[in-house]
Amino acid sequence: MREAYDVIVVGAGPAGSVAACHAAQGGAKVLLLEKDRDIGVPVRCAEGVGDAGLRLVVEPKPEWIYTKIEGVNLIAPNGMRVRLQDQKFGYVLNRKIFDNYLAEKAARAGTEIRTKAYVDGLLFEDNYVAGVTVQNLGKRYSIRAKIVIGADGVESRVGRWAGINTQLKLVDLETCVQVTMVNVEVDSHYCDFYFSRQIAPGGYAWVFPKGEGIANIGLGVSGEYARQHSPLYYLNRFVEKYFPNGAILTTSIGGVPVTATLKPLTTNGLMLVGDAAHQANPISGGGIVSGMIAGRIAGMVAADAVQEGDYSKSYLSRYERQWYKEEGNNHKVFYRLKQAVYKLTDDDLNRTAEAVLKLPQPKRTIVNVFKAALINNPKLIIDAIKVFKDQTFAVFEPLT
Amino acid sequence: MIRVKDDSCDFCGVCVSVCPTDAIELRESVLIIDEEKCTECQNCVYVCPIETLEYVS
Repeated sequence: MREAYDVIVVGAGPAGSVAACHAAQGGAKVLLLEKDRDIGVPVRCAEGVGDAGLRLVVEPKPEWIYTKIEGVNLIAPNGMRVRLQDQKFGYVLNRKIFDNYLAEKAARAGTEIRTKAYVDGLLFEDNYVAGVTVQNLGKRYSIRAKIVIGADGVESRVGRWAGINTQLKLVDLETCVQVTMVNVEVDSHYCDFYFSRQIAPGGYAWVFPKGEGIANIGLGVSGEYARQHSPLYYLNRFVEKYFPNGAILTTSIGGVPVTATLKPLTTNGLMLVGDAAHQANPISGGGIVSGMIAGRIAGMVAADAVQEGDYSKSYLSRYERQWYKEEGNNHKVFYRLKQAVYKLTDDDLNRTAEAVLKLPQPKRTIVNVFKAALINNPKLIIDAIKVFKDQTFAVFEPLT
Repeated sequence: MIRVKDDSCDFCGVCVSVCPTDAIELRESVLIIDEEKCTECQNCVYVCPIETLEYVS
């Protein structure tokens, strides 16, 4: 490691690696710091992603794809299944390989990378963030940077250190547990989503196939409801009921911000991206694509800022504006939809399924699901039509 | 005080995200709760996915 870089990125998940890659491609000297020993491990993700969204950032590669997804089954509390298949497909990813692929790409563009590198504070100078302090293999270093990009996940502290309040409200957090199981009977090209307050209050349960009788089976519970029972309690019940013969290969634990984008996203010398910036899609909990989009924009703005010698909040807010244009404005609507869907009772959900199942198969679209669910809220239906007109499967990215 | 019940913590960081006072430090496999900063609001206890944090009066 050198004493100084143009850009330091904290966290080598998809948002951080893509940010590092674009900053390096733009000519900046970039250092990417990951606190864990391996990039991509542990996986804290259901690993599903929409094809259209993925292609906005990266070309799909067979080496990091487990399965191709042709549609989704939305399962109501009474067991009614609504299959949506008139849509673009998606994938279940191998996040371990995927995350490594993105970090490699960043490195090939010139990024320097350290793992087991725990950032424990920021350097400041004249009211600007001016670098980080980092512990790496028994030594502590102060490393200067013109710009720090915080991609340090849902557990982010980088923003807090720079005076941005990143604390999540309980209602804006999904707390999640997942098991990867073998010996499970699943539809190998469809992702299942179970909705019920009995199964996952304030969230949903998911079953994402990975091929050969293997699937990611998990659920997220709203932080507001987790006080009564933990996601672990709900997952044990769910698995016992639906997959009694499954054997567990992996247990994953984590959380997802499900809210509108954090404000602000930047300060002098600092940008936040990904889960650290509350950029996961608030209705699906999917954070891979939106994190990478934010990373791409932030990385490009960082490179430009270095070229122009301006690291002020006012310059860096170009990232913020572009984010809102590409994704953030839609997230505001997704958040409103989430708040409405959140209030639905199991009876409401059953009625929604019944209404959609009365439609002929070609009309069973995500927009029509929302139309049925929000029958008493016409204003939100208009919102739903607006945001879902171009994307169908993409909204059903999983909880990360 | 808030404490880690046993050795089941997976270091996922969900607790950190809801802490109002930045009292939790998370490393690769270390979780430290700063008792001086902690206000015992118990947000972290409520959201822990695997019930590994507990409040002890």
